[in-house]
Amino acid sequence: MEKETVIKVDHLAKSFGSFQAVKDVSFTVSRGDVFGFLGPNGAGKSTTIRCLLSLIKPDAGKIELFGKSFNTSRAEILSNIGSIIEKPDFYKYLSAQKNLEIFARISGASVSKSQIGEMLEFVGLTGRGEDKIGGFSHGMKQRLGIAQTLLHQPDLIILDEPTTGLDPQGIVEIRNLILRLKNEQNKTILLSSHQLSEIELIANRMVIINKGKSIVEGEVQELLNAQELVVHLEVDVVENAKQVIKSHFPNAQIIGETSNELEVAIEKSQVPDLNKALIDNRVMVFALEPKRKLEDFFMKIVQS
Amino acid sequence: MLLKNTYNEFVKILAKPRSYLGIGALTLLIAVILFAMKADGASFISFVTSSFEQTLSFNGNILNGNLIAFIILQMLIIHIPLLVALVTGDLISGEAAMGTVRMLASKPISRSSIVLSKFIAGAVYTLILTIWLGFLALIVAKWIFGTGDLIVLNSDGLVILKEQDIMWRYGLSFLVAFLSLLTISTLSICLSAFADNSIGPIVSTMAIIILFTIIGSLDVSVFDKIKPFLFTTHMASWRSFFENPIPTSKIMQSVVILLAHNVILVLIAIVKFNKKDITS
Repeated sequence: MEKETVIKVDHLAKSFGSFQAVKDVSFTVSRGDVFGFLGPNGAGKSTTIRCLLSLIKPDAGKIELFGKSFNTSRAEILSNIGSIIEKPDFYKYLSAQKNLEIFARISGASVSKSQIGEMLEFVGLTGRGEDKIGGFSHGMKQRLGIAQTLLHQPDLIILDEPTTGLDPQGIVEIRNLILRLKNEQNKTILLSSHQLSEIELIANRMVIINKGKSIVEGEVQELLNAQELVVHLEVDVVENAKQVIKSHFPNAQIIGETSNELEVAIEKSQVPDLNKALIDNRVMVFALEPKRKLEDFFMKIVQS
Repeated sequence: MLLKNTYNEFVKILAKPRSYLGIGALTLLIAVILFAMKADGASFISFVTSSFEQTLSFNGNILNGNLIAFIILQMLIIHIPLLVALVTGDLISGEAAMGTVRMLASKPISRSSIVLSKFIAGAVYTLILTIWLGFLALIVAKWIFGTGDLIVLNSDGLVILKEQDIMWRYGLSFLVAFLSLLTISTLSICLSAFADNSIGPIVSTMAIIILFTIIGSLDVSVFDKIKPFLFTTHMASWRSFFENPIPTSKIMQSVVILLAHNVILVLIAIVKFNKKDITS
């Protein structure tokens, strides 16, 4: 059964004066997806996300959320979305509880004080509800931001760079929170992040945009599997290994070497043969490590 | 949703320290005036009445609470706009500066409702400030200085109003004074819709008041056609209730012009905020 489309962005474009922030972005997010939204700085990610939340009006293109457009169903759409854009900003002079009450009141749903308490507990801020936001760390604000996105039980959660500025522990905390949303509540999540390893760990689908255009979209694992691997080899004699590779695998590329290490770009299916050929030719292999990472794929796409 | 967000706006205004700055400053200013009048009010009064002493004799408690309230209102109606703008000029732009505007505008509440709720909250704050002004100027001044007939010096001459003929005039004059201050509140909220920082709208509001006041006071024919339409021209209309007879049509004209300013400024703010790309 085909999954329901939650977000459909079609040839989106937006300029600020003479600067074209988004030129042609298209992608589709289905119900239950954790969708990675990737791109280098200035690619147009935040502008696109702001368009998805009706904060910015696009110049061209079409946006449909839950099959509806902002022109006819703005309030209905937004009542079903929870979001953090860049960083969650709150009223510093109010307590965490009061901040959540303020946003709950205009969320389009009835949220009780006990639900707010439960949400604070869910994000690990039990006992901090009466504390003013001014004294909160960045990580605590991020977690409160996630509480704010979930208050009204939205189906779609949009998180724009939720781990920016966090320390490693904070990043893990936010990652675990997102995984809990995915696994326990089956939310549809659009996640924009610079932490490509996070996307690789969490997302099932993704789009990469660059210079205001969407470059590639699809299942994360399919996109990565379609690519050739970079294999890191540690051998006894590098020159012997290079000769074997050149003679047996003419399509493979040696992309880096040191005194006893090589980096080889090669088709994934050829990796076992590479290992066998090296051993058969008396090259001692101390390590053979596939290095396929989303970072490599991302850099390749962006640089091309 | 409008009512819910208006309630939110009250919560925010009540929690902001600057909201109490205006009330505190007003209290201090009135306290200074009351102290000065208590300490040396007699010489202040004799300075005013000296030019009439050859033709008139003044008996009774001239320096009473009614006169003090009139003096306070006349002195402070120029300064209170700053205290109003300090809070209302921050209502929209403060959200942009703090970053909360993107959280607010991505909720299922229309942008028009956001502006209207801020306007209503600003109006209530202005009303509270006006009531506080009235309480301190009238009630406290009467408690300290007692009551009596009111002597007012107008451009036409001296007007003496009987004690029992004063309170209703104050009631109506405070209503018009509120409308004047509400215009300042709406102007600063309107300017706030154009800015992404808190200081800009507050300074701009004061600059506009100063500019319009200067234009209004310049006796140059080139400005004669626009003077009647400047809101600053009508900010002293509260004073007309202390004339005899009361110039009703003049007051009504001021009320209409001030109301028109409020409606137009709210509409401008709504249109601007609806068209605004929220990038902060």
